[in-house]
Amino acid sequence: MTVALEMSDVSKEFDGNRALDSACFRAEYGRVQALLGENGAGKSSLMNVVCGLYAPDAGRIAVDGVPVSIDGPAHARALGIGMVHQHFKLVRPFTVAENVALANRLGGRWTDELARVAETVERYCGELGFELDPASRIDSISVAERQRVEIVKVLMSGARILILDEPTAVLTDDEADRLLAVVRGLAGRGAAVVLITHKLREVHDFADRVTIMRAGRTVADEDPKTLDDRRMTELMVGSAPRSAVAARSGGGRARLEIADLSAARDDGVAALAGVTLAVQEGEIYGVAGVGGNGQTELAEVLMGVRPALHGTVSLDGEDRTAAHPGERRKGGLGTVPSDRYLYGLTADLSVAENFGLAGLAAGRYGSWWVASARMRGDTEAAIADFEIQGGGPATRSRLLSGGNAQKLVLARELSGGAGILVAHSPTRGLDVRACAAVQSQLLEARDRGAAVLLISEDLDEVLDLSDRVGVLNRGRIVGEFARPADRHAVGRLMVGHA
Amino acid sequence: MIEFLANWLAFTPVFAVPLLLATLGLIVNERAGVINLGAEGMMLCGALAGVACYIEFGESTAVGMTAAAFAGLLIAFLFAFVVVVLRADQVVTGITIVFFGAGLTGLIGLRWNDTAIAGFQKLDLGFLSQIPFFGKVVFAQDAMVYLTVPIAFGVWYFLFRTRAGLNLRAVGENPQAADAAGIAVDFYRFWAVAAGGALCGLAGGYLALAAAKIWVNEMTHGRGWIAIALVIFARWMPGRAVFGAILFGGIEALIPRIFAAGWPVPQYFLQMTPFLATLGVLVWVGLAGKRRSAAPGALGLPYVREDRW
Repeated sequence: MTVALEMSDVSKEFDGNRALDSACFRAEYGRVQALLGENGAGKSSLMNVVCGLYAPDAGRIAVDGVPVSIDGPAHARALGIGMVHQHFKLVRPFTVAENVALANRLGGRWTDELARVAETVERYCGELGFELDPASRIDSISVAERQRVEIVKVLMSGARILILDEPTAVLTDDEADRLLAVVRGLAGRGAAVVLITHKLREVHDFADRVTIMRAGRTVADEDPKTLDDRRMTELMVGSAPRSAVAARSGGGRARLEIADLSAARDDGVAALAGVTLAVQEGEIYGVAGVGGNGQTELAEVLMGVRPALHGTVSLDGEDRTAAHPGERRKGGLGTVPSDRYLYGLTADLSVAENFGLAGLAAGRYGSWWVASARMRGDTEAAIADFEIQGGGPATRSRLLSGGNAQKLVLARELSGGAGILVAHSPTRGLDVRACAAVQSQLLEARDRGAAVLLISEDLDEVLDLSDRVGVLNRGRIVGEFARPADRHAVGRLMVGHA
Repeated sequence: MIEFLANWLAFTPVFAVPLLLATLGLIVNERAGVINLGAEGMMLCGALAGVACYIEFGESTAVGMTAAAFAGLLIAFLFAFVVVVLRADQVVTGITIVFFGAGLTGLIGLRWNDTAIAGFQKLDLGFLSQIPFFGKVVFAQDAMVYLTVPIAFGVWYFLFRTRAGLNLRAVGENPQAADAAGIAVDFYRFWAVAAGGALCGLAGGYLALAAAKIWVNEMTHGRGWIAIALVIFARWMPGRAVFGAILFGGIEALIPRIFAAGWPVPQYFLQMTPFLATLGVLVWVGLAGKRRSAAPGALGLPYVREDRW
């Protein structure tokens, strides 16, 4: 078999975060090469380098044995590389044919060209066994159909190296099997297929080889038949030494209770399908799971910025399912959102103003006139307590580094004596020191008797901090573990096809 | 009454054409994802360039209009450089362009201030112009009115019947998708802004050479802003822009007719009516807009390829 694509020592940084750290990868014609890893392992980043969307900071790429420097999507396409992105690159108000035409020039008079594109789409669909109407608009067809448009689009452009980024994440089991059968067929006809996934079953059933990535590095390139599920999970989630964290003192009353909670994503697709869990005082309850299984929606429903379709959320026994964020706050809820600058901080207000927001709402700093001196004093105390560096109360929050901004959010959310804290990926993008500081604040809050719900895609973090771990998979808690949770059992439930 | 109606309708195209040209220009801009609030400034530059070149180069309306389009184009290059190449905030830059255009034309326009010109003349199409009522309304307009019809058609044809138009709309709806499909996002945005600027320049030139027949400071009187609202009214469709421009041109044409008829309506109220109508249109669009927004998906958003979140 000839090597289609070979990447060696590819590195890429985003704002100081290493997305790729000397990653290596190869794919051959006629083979399905799976690329396996947790969220944030660098799978998509690596493939975005291949298709010209990211310029690598270092590393070598060879296509068909020839070293290349891919300088944009157009160049990648000229090299025969086609990618079906996880977030489809489709123009919604356009028809299927128009979207395909955008990426494929057949030449000739434009109106004829569009008609010929539509014919070609139908021909490809016939060959692949897809059902697709070239005249329908993208926003009127299903997600599975949109994916077919992407595949046809890429194939029409003559791609011989086909990259599919988590293609089954948005599909039902049935649709997924049909799609993967088509993908196998494409490899059978000589294409090099790269299947990005985090589902072990797909690797076993459909891949000829598997590359496993963890934290931006390539940790394995093997025949999947030589790896059992346990070994694959191990390679994927690693086996970092567990730091000793004192267990909580003992069970108490439940402060945050979620019962049979359902919610939908913005596009109407179900994201939570009956989540039930309870967090007790003096406990950290960790929600583990691969990203995209409902974490964001769970955090948003709890914050009060996304409506629950079904089920209840109770704070200290009181039903607050329909309460707006302010009422929840009065009910003792503090939230640390994953996107600090979307829901967490107002970037251009000062540290003191951001810190005081919660207290102001609670009336702690006066009703009409802001008691700025008191607010300033409290802020200074918080800056000292939480070791917020890089500015004083008057500094604009935008100027704080990520870690210090996160400490500021935590300081505020815990300032009102919040008994219930929901933290979503609180250490995402932080360096090691800031990460440790934020984690120790969460533990301290727990020791003071707070009920902490930690939603994180970082399995190490969940396992280290949590007194109990629930695994979120496809919008459901599919298993619960008490400390110490078995890392591999948790990992299997995360990637399992439950 | 028929007399009044004929006079009113005969005057409508002169006011509708500049609104339509500017609206078409803005539709091209916004279809590519660039919101251009600088229309007023571009129109002013077009108006001054039109009048100045008309006076200085043999009193030719063709020369004047060409100069107007070029003036709009030059300002648009500046705007495009800042918002497309440097990716600055489009709203702030656009408003800056308005004041820049007003200041610049005030500064260099002194020489031609208040010089009355002959400008565009109504065409006499022989017997056609003699037809009662219709002759006056439809067949006795100036050349630019007739030329605007193919321009409007051309913009529609370009946007909806050519590959370049499809690419341009893709860039405005979803630049990520366009980029992944190998379309040069910045190229399309830059030239869409340039073309839109040229059309705004033409709109200003016509306003000076046909409607006002004179250059005065800040003579556009907010028509650039009306055009911005008309884009929303037209739901970004050139065909609907024609109706919107005729509607608002009609309102503007009514004002001098009412003065002429000697009806006791306060002058300032009359001058305010186009903006009242604009507000009305925006309220109407807001109330009716519950269905699906027709605005291009990436309107006003700079495109940076490696933006991850």
